[in-house]
Amino acid sequence: MNEPVERQLITGARLVDPAQGIDGECAVLVEEGRIAAVGAEALKQASGAAVVDAQGLWLLPGLVDLHVHLREPGQEGKETIASGTRAAAAGGVTTVVAMPNTVPAMDSVAIVELVRAKARAEGVVHVLPSAAITKGRQGAELTEIGELARAGVKVFTDDGDGVMNAELMRRALEYGAMFGALFMQHCEDKNLAHDGVMNEGPASLRLGLRGWPKAAEASMAARDAVLAEATGGRVHFAHLSGAQSLEIVRTAKAKGLNVTAETAPHFFALNDGWLLEHPYDTHGKMNPPLGSEADRLAVIRAIQDGTLDCIATDHAPHSSLDKNVEFDKAAFGILGLETSLALALEVLVHGGHVDAAKIVSLMSARPAELLGLKGRKGTLAKGADADLCLVDPDEAWVVDPEKFQSKSRNTPFTGMRLRGRVKRTMVSGRWVYEDGRGILA
Amino acid sequence: MKRLSRKDLLDLESVSEAEIRLILDQAEAFREVALRPVKKVPALRGKTVINLFFEPSTRTATSFQLAAQRLSADVVDIKVADSSVKKGETLLDTVATFEAMDLSVLIMRTSHAGSAAMVAANTKASIVNAGDGMHEHPTQALLDLFTLRRHFGRIDGLEVAVVGDVLHSRVARSDVWGLLKLGAKVRLCGPTTLCPRDILGLWPGAPVKVFHDLREALEGVDAVQVLRIQMERLQRHLFPSTREYSRLYALTSERLAVAKPTCLVMHPGPMNRGLEISSGVADGPQSVIGEQVSNGVAVRMAVLYLLAGNEAEAA
Amino acid sequence: MVEPRLKAVLLDGPDLDRALTRMAHEILERHHGADGLALVGIKTRGEVLARRLAARIERIEKPAQPLHVGALDVTFYRDDTAARPARPAAASELPFSVEGRTVVLVDDVLYTGRTVRAALTALLDYGRAARVQLAVMVDRGLRELPIRADFVGKNVPTSARERVRVFLAETDGEDKVVIMEKEGGDR
Repeated sequence: MNEPVERQLITGARLVDPAQGIDGECAVLVEEGRIAAVGAEALKQASGAAVVDAQGLWLLPGLVDLHVHLREPGQEGKETIASGTRAAAAGGVTTVVAMPNTVPAMDSVAIVELVRAKARAEGVVHVLPSAAITKGRQGAELTEIGELARAGVKVFTDDGDGVMNAELMRRALEYGAMFGALFMQHCEDKNLAHDGVMNEGPASLRLGLRGWPKAAEASMAARDAVLAEATGGRVHFAHLSGAQSLEIVRTAKAKGLNVTAETAPHFFALNDGWLLEHPYDTHGKMNPPLGSEADRLAVIRAIQDGTLDCIATDHAPHSSLDKNVEFDKAAFGILGLETSLALALEVLVHGGHVDAAKIVSLMSARPAELLGLKGRKGTLAKGADADLCLVDPDEAWVVDPEKFQSKSRNTPFTGMRLRGRVKRTMVSGRWVYEDGRGILA
Repeated sequence: MKRLSRKDLLDLESVSEAEIRLILDQAEAFREVALRPVKKVPALRGKTVINLFFEPSTRTATSFQLAAQRLSADVVDIKVADSSVKKGETLLDTVATFEAMDLSVLIMRTSHAGSAAMVAANTKASIVNAGDGMHEHPTQALLDLFTLRRHFGRIDGLEVAVVGDVLHSRVARSDVWGLLKLGAKVRLCGPTTLCPRDILGLWPGAPVKVFHDLREALEGVDAVQVLRIQMERLQRHLFPSTREYSRLYALTSERLAVAKPTCLVMHPGPMNRGLEISSGVADGPQSVIGEQVSNGVAVRMAVLYLLAGNEAEAA
Repeated sequence: MVEPRLKAVLLDGPDLDRALTRMAHEILERHHGADGLALVGIKTRGEVLARRLAARIERIEKPAQPLHVGALDVTFYRDDTAARPARPAAASELPFSVEGRTVVLVDDVLYTGRTVRAALTALLDYGRAARVQLAVMVDRGLRELPIRADFVGKNVPTSARERVRVFLAETDGEDKVVIMEKEGGDR
């Protein structure tokens, strides 16, 4: 990514950029890895630039995914920084926040630097490492939040687990506030969830699988909303899936608390009935588990009314060794990077729930804002990073994991027909992905 | 119906009334075999049957082993300690090894719901689910139905109570499926934590009711199946103590008296005498617990015979 | 499959009855009476015939003890189980001991001999009979195993393209033995 890149003019596309208030045909000029000009200005300054005719396509600021498991270091059989970022590019995602439940966990500057270095050398899109809240993610002692923040870490999370100790969470929020740290909570009360493997409800009863109530998520969300109020710290809820949790966030926001939240595409696309249609299929096993239809509808409503700030995939690659076993024993998690935008377009936009601008806000502008990158990412305003993707919103395709860039294949969406296809992805002014040609060298 | 057109017996949820009747009718023929001097028929001669038990079980494992032997099959009994912590050979790899030895029927018991279905989808052999976690235990329900039918001549119209830890019981689930398909009415009874009203969602519109009071549940019933209480449930705070459970839910002669005088007392075993059932009732004149066991062999012979016999069609 | 075509009535009701009477006399003659005798019918029609024979024998010469009558289902003992899917079987009933006893197996039609072979194997699982004899209403020849009947209602040479059916009042509403022709050979 160090070679000089030619100037590019992208014309004919519908630019959907809510951060700039633009939604309509608009040209964009890319120069030296940045957006040099937009609209009429871009056309004026375009002489000598290579022209990309994007008629019929949407031009979106590159997606910013706050929640991705790249599995490196330690679990390279499932995914690596190289393969995971390729998957991101294929999904129009140009910035990923790497989750810290690697082996060893990302709980020190040394490991964070390791991930950064690997990403610089082998990554195809931008990788922002997160760091754990507690050492080794054991939930007992705080990591050196200050050091990590000064090394550039913006997001702190023990993801994979929630922080069970309320006092520890309180102190983390208080202390982290000094550095503007964003604490991403994986809401799961281990005592309520116990050894559940799917949502507790009629489906779990019928299948004879141990259920785990949505109260396990909501109770921790409620606790942290209280702590956010008490400490003034920034709490962001990861992958919310239950109606009750969303209600808690809605109330907290109404009170003006600094609470934000994300959901994952499978929570607006599926419900636990999927497991009745595909009994014991481990591609339906993830943490938190698929909720009821009422939960799914609550997620869509929360997307519409702004209760949810972002859509983040929780991309969790697992090999067949981890998934091709009894449901109880299978690892939790599914892939997300290569289907998230298409699912959002198919279910939310084509489904008539929100417009295109809302999707861009949820998947690009708002996450960039939460990371303190407003103006640089999540938008194609003049001066912003040239991270973008071209999307055909109506092109239908059928999900086939064998064609994925990811090393893993664990998706429940196999065979699903989705409308919305990423045609090209650009990172720092260079095209890195083209549909049909794959990753560009 | 003359034969079962299915490869496996994984549950009763997907089995039709006609199939259940076929199995029960066939079990009558096999019951007679147990009365002969030579308790064997050559029906499954030359076929290989393997019992793969990941959970300890004297009763069911022995029953299946005898059933297969009395059919003259070649039987292998395998007991495996299953640890989800220890990573060993996967279940599918284990089964693939048996398939390479010309397996006809695999009988499986595991603690994980859906295991039998997973194996069935990946092997040519017939799979019999001998219990998969909390999900189902179809042959237990079949022998319970067989026992009831022998006593009453029918199942249709009977009022049967199932008492105990219904929530975690695969026997209860299979029993209810079977009873409903054959026209019985069911009463489920237990504390709210072990017998939640939500369980009725499995059988919408069906004649199943939930009771939390044992006397009410037993009033006028034709039969009661008492389920075993497992000590693990105590650790999850599902009831405060065995003493309290007994005081509220144990089947004693006094409580049994509100049922019909002809009420049958059943238990899938093993029993916790004094906890969910009193010794007096367990050993009393209304108890058919011993018959359940002997009927179990006949019913399992019928299941193995009907499933293994389908191989000829597939060949 | 072509529908079987009735060729001839071999025995009508009255003739069947006379044959039964004759067989009953023959059995009594062979065994110098009927004490200790057991008649075991091969299900389904063999059982009906066994009960009728027993009743006939008792009418002619009442034995000191009632005759033992039983029924055998030989489905599990068939030698063609490898080729065909599992057939439903009924329960056998032999409510007496065969140990040391004379057993007369009874069946409606003797043809290849395989059913009788299966019955002999089944009977062995009940104990060791002193001797086993065979009584059939029709012997149609075409044996595939070295089996022969001791008491026969009617001998009828047939071809493999023909089928012999014995109808009995208890199972079929009337007494009649017929021979039928069908294309495509065997039963």
